[in-house]
Amino acid sequence: MARIRIEREKCKGCLLCVSACPKGLITIDKKLNARGIKPVRFKTDSLCLGCCMCAFICPDCCIEVYK
Amino acid sequence: MAKTKVLMTGNEAIAEGAIQGGCRFYAGYPITPQNELIAYMARHLLPAGGVFIQAESELAAINMVFAAAAAGSRAMTSSSSPGISLKQEGISYIAGAELPAVIVNIMRGGPGLGNIWPAQSDYFQATRGGGHGDYRCIVLAPSSVQEAYDLMALAFELADRYRNPAIILGDGMLGQMMEPLSVHSPQPTVHRKKNILPNKKWALTGCKGRKPNIIKSFYMKEGDLEKFNLRLQEKYKIIKQKEQRCDSLFLEDAQVILVAYGTMARIARGAVTKLREDGKKIGLIRPVTLWPFPDKVFKRLAISDKRLAILVIEMSYGQMLDDVRLAVNCQAPVEFLGRSGGGVPSEGEIINKVRKLLRTREPEN
Amino acid sequence: MNKIFSRPKSLRNISTHYCPGCGHGIAHRLIAEIVDELGIRQRVIGIAPVGCAVIAYDYWDFDCCEAAHGRALAVATGIKRVRPQNIVFTYQGDGDLAAIGTNETIHAANRGENLTVVFINNAVYGMTGGQMAPTTLLGQKTATTPRGRSAATEGWPLKISEMLALLPGVKFIERTSLHSVQEVIKTKRAIKQAFQNQVDKIGFSLVEVLSPCPTYLGLSPVEALEWIRKTMIKEFPLGRIK
Repeated sequence: MARIRIEREKCKGCLLCVSACPKGLITIDKKLNARGIKPVRFKTDSLCLGCCMCAFICPDCCIEVYK
Repeated sequence: MAKTKVLMTGNEAIAEGAIQGGCRFYAGYPITPQNELIAYMARHLLPAGGVFIQAESELAAINMVFAAAAAGSRAMTSSSSPGISLKQEGISYIAGAELPAVIVNIMRGGPGLGNIWPAQSDYFQATRGGGHGDYRCIVLAPSSVQEAYDLMALAFELADRYRNPAIILGDGMLGQMMEPLSVHSPQPTVHRKKNILPNKKWALTGCKGRKPNIIKSFYMKEGDLEKFNLRLQEKYKIIKQKEQRCDSLFLEDAQVILVAYGTMARIARGAVTKLREDGKKIGLIRPVTLWPFPDKVFKRLAISDKRLAILVIEMSYGQMLDDVRLAVNCQAPVEFLGRSGGGVPSEGEIINKVRKLLRTREPEN
Repeated sequence: MNKIFSRPKSLRNISTHYCPGCGHGIAHRLIAEIVDELGIRQRVIGIAPVGCAVIAYDYWDFDCCEAAHGRALAVATGIKRVRPQNIVFTYQGDGDLAAIGTNETIHAANRGENLTVVFINNAVYGMTGGQMAPTTLLGQKTATTPRGRSAATEGWPLKISEMLALLPGVKFIERTSLHSVQEVIKTKRAIKQAFQNQVDKIGFSLVEVLSPCPTYLGLSPVEALEWIRKTMIKEFPLGRIK
């Protein structure tokens, strides 16, 4: 069991985490954040391995991982 | 403090004065006519517990000095005119980051590679900032080997007090000439090793037990740089008020006052002595600080005295001349005698110029 | 559940000014993590460059110093010589380290200064608007090579890491990349080694990090990583150089 927490206001929408997640659990949010950018959103925690791939590649340090 | 008499060149005296004044970091690049200085530092700074680096260029040297000052050390570099031009970027950063550092310029002829003969043609560069931005360096101009030694400790103290670069402006003649000198103790003993530095809370030492320190000259937020510049201007105003220094001779009754600094002032003094022996009322003002320029002394003079004339003498084609004119503010005629590119106005040339000046002014007497 | 990944203490909790997908953010975080892990935050002094990372000191939470463009290694030398007990590193881009600062780089390396250098190579000038870098690839279009870099007029991409490896004063050089999670992990390992070397007084250690600049490559962040993987590492092969 694991999950991630994304700071949506810090997210710049580069989507590197989306491509890094081996389970495809990160997607683009439909709602804009205060930057006027569509940040990423964590889909579900049922499959999350807590592998931290998303957090390792995030250039803006806006992902925390819990396991 | 026990004093010892030694015989030294100006360059060596500057280096020894720096070490005695607490300098513990030197980085430089060889250039004539100041090579004795870097060699002296190479011999004596390490035994005094300091760091000596022969840098790969003047650019590297001045940036090493920037860094050593940022880390809290009393740091200096030295060079001569073309090398000082290369250091200007770093001096601007030192001023912008408000770091205390000392830069020695043993001037030679210019522009360009010029030659290796003495000159005073870097006055503008030294007193107007020299690099980019609205800043000033404190500029001290020794005119003897003893004074070159003595002013080093003052340069470090002023640099520390105001967190500002200080320049020692000498010339090739001062650097190369040998004179007897009283030093604090037989060199290279370290004098005042402890407690020499004021507390530098801002220095980079690692953030143990405090918030991180940042040394920078970069202000991107709107209005921040203007605020910083205003603060610098306030500091410069205080320096102008408090730190003007000059030497003078026979100002009470002088009808012609010679104004000269450094090596040129020694020759001017000789001319004053000879003219006085001849009954001529000649005086001398020798600025010791070129920035702040000692304009107070000019204002104190009987400037309303219509008989008074001023003769500025430089080993340049008229740079300090501008500051004298600003200080005199059109209250007296300001004449000029100068040579450059290795030419030095002689005592005879000065005497002839003064006699001519007195002749043309006689009808007014 | 335990928190197993979060912002390192040495990285301030503020957003950076970097473009989306810029490698600087990753490299900054890796350095902050390493500083925390080695327990050196109280004695580390970072030297920020001129270039996009000019205000790196706003992001790191430890003592930092500015350096004029290209002079970071002269500044690092000055600080380290005065305070050998501190851990001093420079963070420099390709223009800073391999163009305007080549002289300072070579001579600090040749003196064998006990310093750590993190060299960010993104093959382009970011801060000034996408001009040619010394490491720009042949054929690569930039603002100042609009027809692509030509060896005949602009010369070849400068391999400064290989050049530095020739110097006896240099103890450790590795080229890594940020183009995938695996490579980010390898980059961290290399930079950590470069810091550890300084702690152990081994000597001059440099890690060249191939880093994405999506904005001036004209690519999306994901495509920029692909470009490094497919194109850039052919010119700048990864691995331990010394």
